[in-house]
Amino acid sequence: MIIGRVTGEIHSTINHPFYDSKKLLVVEKTDPSGKPTGDYVIAVDVVDAGVGEQVLVLDEGNGARQVFNSADAPVRSVVVGIIDEIQLGVG
Amino acid sequence: MLLGRVVGVVVPCVVYEGLEGTPMLYLQPLDKAGKPRGRTIVAADATRMAGPGELVYYEGGREAALALDPWFVPVDHTIVGIVDDLHIPERGAEA
Repeated sequence: MIIGRVTGEIHSTINHPFYDSKKLLVVEKTDPSGKPTGDYVIAVDVVDAGVGEQVLVLDEGNGARQVFNSADAPVRSVVVGIIDEIQLGVG
Repeated sequence: MLLGRVVGVVVPCVVYEGLEGTPMLYLQPLDKAGKPRGRTIVAADATRMAGPGELVYYEGGREAALALDPWFVPVDHTIVGIVDDLHIPERGAEA
């Protein structure tokens, strides 16, 4: 999984049926300190995250399909958690 | 998934079985600010409605083929949606 920060939302009318009524978030990837790495990913939101929040993103197809209980959903990236805090190092 | 801008249409005359009739579009990947990033790619269009100039989002990898019917096809990028609105609040404005 990867750590990121939600920077925006995507709205679309014409999409694959799987994405009907799914919330899509633009997540910029960050290092553990919250610094953007410059990369981003669009992920489906299942935890009701919002703009500005630091989130945990699953970026792997099998796990993502498991989240949606589907064998053939064309989905790979899912926001699966909202991060309160990251502790690094000892004590 | 990532954002992309459709920049052209690719019309293949021979395709692998299962891909007949699948629209193929020439796609410029974008960074999150909407600026072009990297080289253009050819992507299948699962929406069947995207066209040049449109902002879309696309899936890559194995999941790309799953968006198509039939899904067991040799495809590595597929457009799965057309962006109506991309809402990115200005930095600092967020709560």
